[in-house]
Amino acid sequence: MSIQNLRAIAAIYKFELHRFRRTLLTGLLVPVITTSLYFVVFGGAIGSRMNEIDGIPYAAFIVPGLIMMSMFTESIFNASFGIYMPKFTGTIYELLSAPVSAAETIIAYVGAAATKSLIVGAIIFLTAHLFVDIQVMHPLAMVAFMVLIAVSFCLFGFILGIWAQSFEQLQVIPLLLIMPMTFLGGAFYSVHMLAEPWRTITLFNPIVYLISGFRWTFFGKGDVGIEFSLIFVAGMLALCLGIIGWMFRSGYRLKK
Amino acid sequence: MASIINIRGLTKRYASGFEALKGVDLSIEEGEIFALLGPNGAGKTTMISIICGIARPTGGEVQVAGHDIARDYRGARSAIGLVPQELSTDQFERVIDTVTFSRGLFGKPRNDAYVEKILRDLSLWDKRHSKILELSGGMKRRVMIAKALSHEPRVLFLDEPTAGVDVELRRDMWKLIGELRQTGVTIILTTHYIEEAEEMADRVGVINRGELMLVEEKTALMKKLGKKTLTIVLIDPIATLPPELADWDLSLHAEGQEIEYIFDAQAERTGVSSLLRRLGDLGLGYKDLNTRQSSLEDIFVSLVHQEKAA
Ligand SMILES: Nc1ncnc2c1ncn2[C@@H]1O[C@H](COP(=O)(O)OP(=O)(O)O)[C@@H](O)[C@H]1O
Ligand SMILES: [Mg+2]
Repeated sequence: MSIQNLRAIAAIYKFELHRFRRTLLTGLLVPVITTSLYFVVFGGAIGSRMNEIDGIPYAAFIVPGLIMMSMFTESIFNASFGIYMPKFTGTIYELLSAPVSAAETIIAYVGAAATKSLIVGAIIFLTAHLFVDIQVMHPLAMVAFMVLIAVSFCLFGFILGIWAQSFEQLQVIPLLLIMPMTFLGGAFYSVHMLAEPWRTITLFNPIVYLISGFRWTFFGKGDVGIEFSLIFVAGMLALCLGIIGWMFRSGYRLKK
Repeated sequence: MASIINIRGLTKRYASGFEALKGVDLSIEEGEIFALLGPNGAGKTTMISIICGIARPTGGEVQVAGHDIARDYRGARSAIGLVPQELSTDQFERVIDTVTFSRGLFGKPRNDAYVEKILRDLSLWDKRHSKILELSGGMKRRVMIAKALSHEPRVLFLDEPTAGVDVELRRDMWKLIGELRQTGVTIILTTHYIEEAEEMADRVGVINRGELMLVEEKTALMKKLGKKTLTIVLIDPIATLPPELADWDLSLHAEGQEIEYIFDAQAERTGVSSLLRRLGDLGLGYKDLNTRQSSLEDIFVSLVHQEKAA
């Protein structure tokens, strides 16, 4: 870990946010519209026919899952594009030839992508407020959890962006792995609603622990204990940091 | 003059197994213009990429401004500005933003006056608010030079700065490089246009198939390897060279109107006067004579030939 070139971190961070600003309108409209649609379909049409889950009205129950789902995909897409695009256009030469350490690079790219994810998360939270009255039981923990999730998934996205050698590879993991895992990870239902063996099988899906933990910050209860959720978040962070560290040391797919 | 770049035993084997550099030793003096000359695929870009941190060496050591490129990469890279061979820019960025970005990336504090100066020197000031994608290819290359200069490097690498560039821009580029040298920046450029090396360089290194074949002062190189070509313009064209002229290395041109004789200008006996006497003996009249110093191109061709023969 070597962090000295703060100006480089600032330059990359600013550059990335500038990139997001170019697509600001769609970037912000999409989460608002998606969230509204989910509320119309799940909260209104279906939710009105559903009982409360664990004593929580269904429309409120899905809010944490909805925020998590968007933050997972936003984080992965933003961070992976951030580092994939310079590889694709060739401008990565400048980053590689600059007096910038791996740690500085990661802080800047992941920091910028996580910032955008957090903004999207906040927008979804506010949009949800228009549809349903939500009381957050542990607001500080909620914010901390969002930050941890944003950083973890942006790290994951960053790895993906370094690994990917085509746009298809870039999309395949979030669309074919993360999306299904999120849907099956209790974003819209409680794991307790499943029959065996599915309930046990579901517990092998790490996303369950993340969504459950986030739901805990809202309602004080989740599918699994909060301590398990924290272990999973910490584990994911450590794993991603480890992989990135190795990638930079070995020059994996960045240096020839 | 002290050397600003020191390369010892540099080798590079790509993942494919291809050996792109086979033990290069070279030192570059501070303030000089060094031209790395070689055909396509010789290893020029590979060498630059390693010095700048874009590729990893397989073996050997490189120091830039006294800093080892691996152990003290910050020190080494801070001293270097790189203009790569490929045009790659952030198309949607504005010119001034991308140059300011580069300066920040290299850890330098913001300096609007300096950035303005670079943009003015490169005739980019009027375009500073244009998006890069709106610029012509030549202007984009200038933007890349501006980015490379933005952090006040001591060494500037220009990898094929004029490849695919029109004649006018090439002249501009030469002028610019000349001006840069005045400011004390060391310039290393690669090219396969010999004309370019001849025009600008103080020293020339010839690289071929991953090996540095020679490094010389340009003028010394021209002298040492310089051949001259004598062109004899005949009054009446001839169909073939008479056998009596077989002692000289001659060739016939311009539909039999011109005889060309390539000779070593440094040799004790060039054979020029005896050739002219023999022409007189044979009754071949000539109306004009001229000699031409051979270019680096000729030198290069003969070097590569020598290597093939060996
Ligand atoms: N990433 C790579 N993997 C394998 N071989 C490479 C790679 N990059 C370049 N080469 C090979 O190395 C040789 C030198 O390339 P390069 O340094 O680009 O030459 P130059 O710049 O002198 O034209 C070429 O034969 C090229 O095909
Ligand atoms: Mg090249």
